[in-house]
Amino acid sequence: MTSTEVAVTISVDGNDVAVPEGSTILDACTAAGVETPTICYGPNLTPVNACRVCVVELEGSRTLVPSCSRPVEEGMVVSTDSDRVNHSRKMVLEFLGSGVDLSEADELNEWSAKYGAQPDRYENPERMNEEIKIQDDLYVRDYDKCVLCYKCVSACGDDAQHTYAISMSGRGFGARIATEFDVTLPDSACVYCGNCVAVCPTNALQFKTEFDLRQVANWRPEDQTVTTTVCSYCGVGCNLELHTQDERIVKVTSPDDHSVTWGNLCIKGRFGWQYVHGDTDG
Amino acid sequence: MFGAGGGTSSYTEIEETDLIVLWGSNARNAHPIFFHHLLKGIDNGAKMFAVDPRRTSSAKFADVWLGLNLGSDVALANGIGREIIAAGLANKEFIAHSTQGFEAYKENVEPYTLEFTSQLTGLPEDAIRELAHDYATAESAQILWTLGITEHHNAVDNVLALCSLALLTGHIGRWGSGLVPLRGQNNVQGGGDMGSLPNKLPGFQNIDDDAARGKFEATWGVDLNPVPGKHLTLMFEAMERGEIKAAYVLGENPADSEADIQHARKLLSGLDLLVVQDIFMTRTAEMADVVLPASVAWAESDGTVTSSERRVQRVRAAVPPPGEARHDVDILFDLASRMGHDWGTPDPEQLWDELRSLSPMHLGMSWDRLEETGGLQWPCPALDHPGSPFLHGWLWADDLEGREPAPFIPVVHQGPKEELTEEFPLRLTTGRALDSYNTGVQSGGFSSPIRYGDALDMHETDAQRLGLNDGDMALVSSPRGSVEMRIRIDDSLVEGLTFTTFHFPDLVDTNVLTTDAWDKKSGTAEFKAASIRVEPLVAAEA
Repeated sequence: MTSTEVAVTISVDGNDVAVPEGSTILDACTAAGVETPTICYGPNLTPVNACRVCVVELEGSRTLVPSCSRPVEEGMVVSTDSDRVNHSRKMVLEFLGSGVDLSEADELNEWSAKYGAQPDRYENPERMNEEIKIQDDLYVRDYDKCVLCYKCVSACGDDAQHTYAISMSGRGFGARIATEFDVTLPDSACVYCGNCVAVCPTNALQFKTEFDLRQVANWRPEDQTVTTTVCSYCGVGCNLELHTQDERIVKVTSPDDHSVTWGNLCIKGRFGWQYVHGDTDG
Repeated sequence: MFGAGGGTSSYTEIEETDLIVLWGSNARNAHPIFFHHLLKGIDNGAKMFAVDPRRTSSAKFADVWLGLNLGSDVALANGIGREIIAAGLANKEFIAHSTQGFEAYKENVEPYTLEFTSQLTGLPEDAIRELAHDYATAESAQILWTLGITEHHNAVDNVLALCSLALLTGHIGRWGSGLVPLRGQNNVQGGGDMGSLPNKLPGFQNIDDDAARGKFEATWGVDLNPVPGKHLTLMFEAMERGEIKAAYVLGENPADSEADIQHARKLLSGLDLLVVQDIFMTRTAEMADVVLPASVAWAESDGTVTSSERRVQRVRAAVPPPGEARHDVDILFDLASRMGHDWGTPDPEQLWDELRSLSPMHLGMSWDRLEETGGLQWPCPALDHPGSPFLHGWLWADDLEGREPAPFIPVVHQGPKEELTEEFPLRLTTGRALDSYNTGVQSGGFSSPIRYGDALDMHETDAQRLGLNDGDMALVSSPRGSVEMRIRIDDSLVEGLTFTTFHFPDLVDTNVLTTDAWDKKSGTAEFKAASIRVEPLVAAEA
């Protein structure tokens, strides 16, 4: 906290914690060392309150409140570990996850384990049942893995890219993320920045490089190294995190907390690394 | 005009500025992540003007697009300056305190009335007036540009004309206000900072300044040539006169990237010795007597690069170089050793510390601080200095920190060197596509779903007049040569103006067409304004 910021003190599970004015309850929980499950939240995205898994109990509030979007107020008393909170988080994880292929949603599955959620315990859940969409050499979209958290839409739209190539379409069980008129991605407004893929929490959106390695059972995060460097293209100076496996780049991301990119990249920075390995596009 | 060469402002500042003037820049395509910061500025309420002959993807986000005649930038800037003065909106206090040469500037812009400027630029008088008044009255305002300003035969004049607008209004040296040239390559700023300029030592110290040069001579134990060297364009002219007989080219592909390319290739092939150090067998490397395979600096070696906001950041090795490829610095050290100079074993941090000891603006940027902070912005003269988000705050100091007031430098409208003729009646300008980069050596490596190759973009009416449809093949000729190109109808162009990229020299040798008319002050060629003729070839299959 810098000297010019005003501190606000709230109580989290009985402990006082001071955070700068304008922080959220989630920020205060993190500052207090309390882990909070999130799905639709992103440090570089405006909260949309789509998933409700981060709810906490706030004294004086009739309902549970989403911690990721609720700003702190002096003297708030927050409980994060009550039966009501834990039960709600469990149910949210189960309802969001039911009928969804969570086989690559590692973080979400960890939360489910912690809260005793069993998303597969409902019989015959409604499923998306969509074909995996592979329409180019860069992206794979597998909407059977989608929990409709809305992060990709935010990243494509107002929060970063302002391209608006994708949006929520349909209602109820028919709700899904789609391009305009459901055209293929290359025919849509998409500019292939990959910022939607970068924020996806369930691998419904993934880079083709990762998908291809998974297909041959050779995607090994435990053997990967992440090196931060600077993009080789224009002069903006975007920091790149090069994920390498067997001395080859397999994925590129950017730090969420760097003042140049805030986690975002363009098509060249995200995908333009093949030349390092001498690959050329015929 | 102000000393050290670099953008005056931080990316964060454009998020908080009140007025954005994007001039001769398609940052949405060429600097996409900078454009994210600009979009935040718009979301926060900034008004945006786009000045560009094309209605680019960037211009589509602007409140007002000023589609001026190509090459009439000085006329527009002078017209804006005159209108600001005539309307009584100049910042008289700032001009009196922080600048010099205002009277000569005022006299020089006097002929550029709204009416005359409108004739020269093709813009409505109202639009010129609106930009002038909004810029002058904004609390904070930034002018940003890229190669639409600097790839002209009068590039320096263009920049000076824009700088004068900032002096006229005091939009410089304050948070949120500034003059921002966006850098096109990941270390073009760093290259300049490190002294890769014909007349500079590292830290923008002049080679002909005895005191500055003396520091380097003492450290290195050698005498340095005090005479400024030649920039690239002068080197090619010296090759033509037979004065330069050998060239050592590092990480550059001039046999594809130079304007009037056939002429440049002839000169390169006439050299006695051509050494090329590159990561690929480029067209220039194919012409070389000796090729030294280099590693990929940003992914296979440790070091630093400097961005458009003067931020020095670390690059780190993530993968080993292939085969016999080696780090550029290792190659140079070995070369020195063969020439009888033992420089020892290169160590990135040691080299950086040597730079810090010689370049005061880098002194505070220790390797550890660069690691911890995610990058520092120069000048950073001491270890406890936080770095400089913006430059030229001294203009607002009571005593100007002992410096001379900033000079207005009057410039006049010239227009493109190559005029349109009956034989070559269309204007050709060039630029960058979102998914590609320069001559394609790097960006050609990945398969982009949005890549369409180097088409000639033109207005529908021009195409119809020539009997051309979207996708047809055409013969495109300039006074220097001809190439075959696919035609693409593009509604971002006005009649008479055509556009192409230059990313696929193997497919379309765009720089056969471009002119090598160049700016005597900067050495930059006028890639942005050639004259061409377009003739239909056999229609391509649908």
